[in-house]
Amino acid sequence: MSVLIFAELDEGKIKKSAQEAIFYGAKVAQMLGTSATAIVIGQASDDELASAGRFGATIVLHASDAKLAEPNGMAYATVVAQAAQQEGSKIIVLAKSSLGDAMTARLAGKLKAGLAANVVELPDLSNGFRVKSSIYTGKAFAYNDLKANVKILAIKKNTITPEETDASAEVKPFSPALNDGDFAISIKSTDKSSGDILLPEADLVVSAGRGLKGPENWGIVEDLAKALHAATACSKPVSDLDWRPHSEHVGQTGLKISPNLYIACGISGAIQHLAGVNSSKVIVVINKDPDAPFFKSADYGIVGDVFDILPRLTKAVQAL
Amino acid sequence: MKILVCVTSVPDTTTKIAFTDNNTKLNKAGVTFITGPYDDYALARAVELKEKTGATITVLNVGEADAEPVIRKCLAIGADDAIRVNAEPTDAYFVAEQIAAIAKEANYDLILMGRESIDFNGGQVHGIVGEMLGIPSISPVMLLDIEGDTAKITREIEGGKESLEANLPLVLGCQEPIAEWKIPNMRGIMTARTKPLKVVEPTGTDKLTTVASYELPAPRGAVKMIPADEAEKLIQLLHTEAKVI
Repeated sequence: MSVLIFAELDEGKIKKSAQEAIFYGAKVAQMLGTSATAIVIGQASDDELASAGRFGATIVLHASDAKLAEPNGMAYATVVAQAAQQEGSKIIVLAKSSLGDAMTARLAGKLKAGLAANVVELPDLSNGFRVKSSIYTGKAFAYNDLKANVKILAIKKNTITPEETDASAEVKPFSPALNDGDFAISIKSTDKSSGDILLPEADLVVSAGRGLKGPENWGIVEDLAKALHAATACSKPVSDLDWRPHSEHVGQTGLKISPNLYIACGISGAIQHLAGVNSSKVIVVINKDPDAPFFKSADYGIVGDVFDILPRLTKAVQAL
Repeated sequence: MKILVCVTSVPDTTTKIAFTDNNTKLNKAGVTFITGPYDDYALARAVELKEKTGATITVLNVGEADAEPVIRKCLAIGADDAIRVNAEPTDAYFVAEQIAAIAKEANYDLILMGRESIDFNGGQVHGIVGEMLGIPSISPVMLLDIEGDTAKITREIEGGKESLEANLPLVLGCQEPIAEWKIPNMRGIMTARTKPLKVVEPTGTDKLTTVASYELPAPRGAVKMIPADEAEKLIQLLHTEAKVI
């Protein structure tokens, strides 16, 4: 009856968003008087697996079948469904991610589960099972009553701040029964920037728009991001113009992010852009136009030329 | 080739969201409804495939009668016929069940839809449909080419993209730049009026989730402006006041 959490790996390490998911799942388990079990798929060291205990998992099920080395939403969903059956889990928690999204839906289909995506708070169990989720691309919230026997919660970044203990989880191997249908999609190649901070995972984001005038000017954005250990992002026009890759586009039709800090440079703040970033904790806007609508949605603002301001901010960060 | 394109009717992206009836219903007063922007990409790619290979396109909407202008627009853009399942589309499993039921009646090679609706943003319906039909699902799809029975697909992942191959039939959640949005021309608008639009009643289970109420985000406090010549102060404030760096 444990709460089951899918803990995604990135290069053998439990992702930060997965640590949040484990902590969230452990809190839900506590509310229900049960324990939290994490399922990890792919190669990871025993120490890394046991570290799930620091965020509240009692047991870690580890599926290390070589066929599961590549992230595959369909096969991974089969593994998690079988783990849920073995554990008798009625609540499954995942962090939002491209892999998590692919799995959540397949799992919901397999288990006929009531599903809430973009969950932003712990559930309210005082009258059934109610969870708050972000809707209308961050412009509103819904309180969802989950009525099915099995419930799946896909949580948004920054839903909860994990508190670590020095506990260690017990690691148990898990051998799922896989079939060919789970591998109907073949991955031909992956083109992924490595070493950079992944935008959906980033706590700090420096973003820029057409105010930068051209892709050759992105150095000042990257320098500030580097000094802050932040990820870089961009507005839709910038990705449409191919100044930056589409994977950096935040907004209504791009990524929706919720970092601790979002610094918008030379972005006017159209409602479609705000939709992708308005759940950021702190928003800074730097724009030479004092009437840029973005200032109305910002916590801090500077009216000025990004070409002058950004290098000075970078220096100030380095001096901290 | 037979293509099913599933579309949502959603508030225009510039809509200021508000609720009525004690925060239990969207205030539709003054709201313009549009085809979901991601669904529009799915439809545009379907029309391109039709122009290339001679496919037929059926548009499917799970929604109430007020979604019909959006459905007619899809017909004007190039879909051949349309089906509307007469139900409020509020639970991902329920909506997927309606789509799967329609798909089982005809053998579609491709079931396309947007990566997510822009109202509930769940991004789950395509995957649940795939599971219900026992066929693969992929999202968010940025490029789609069909060669014989094989689909060659580029999907966005965190920090990059992934090239995939899978055999038809498939369910795909689409996003840019899979195709350019299409604008209906006058001939399309005229012919759309007479294209078949079948309305069917929903099948299957009760909804597994319901919305008890809605809420708007708390407004941000007033913006603190920092003079440009003291820009460095921002970093101090982020460090000591906002405590985010």
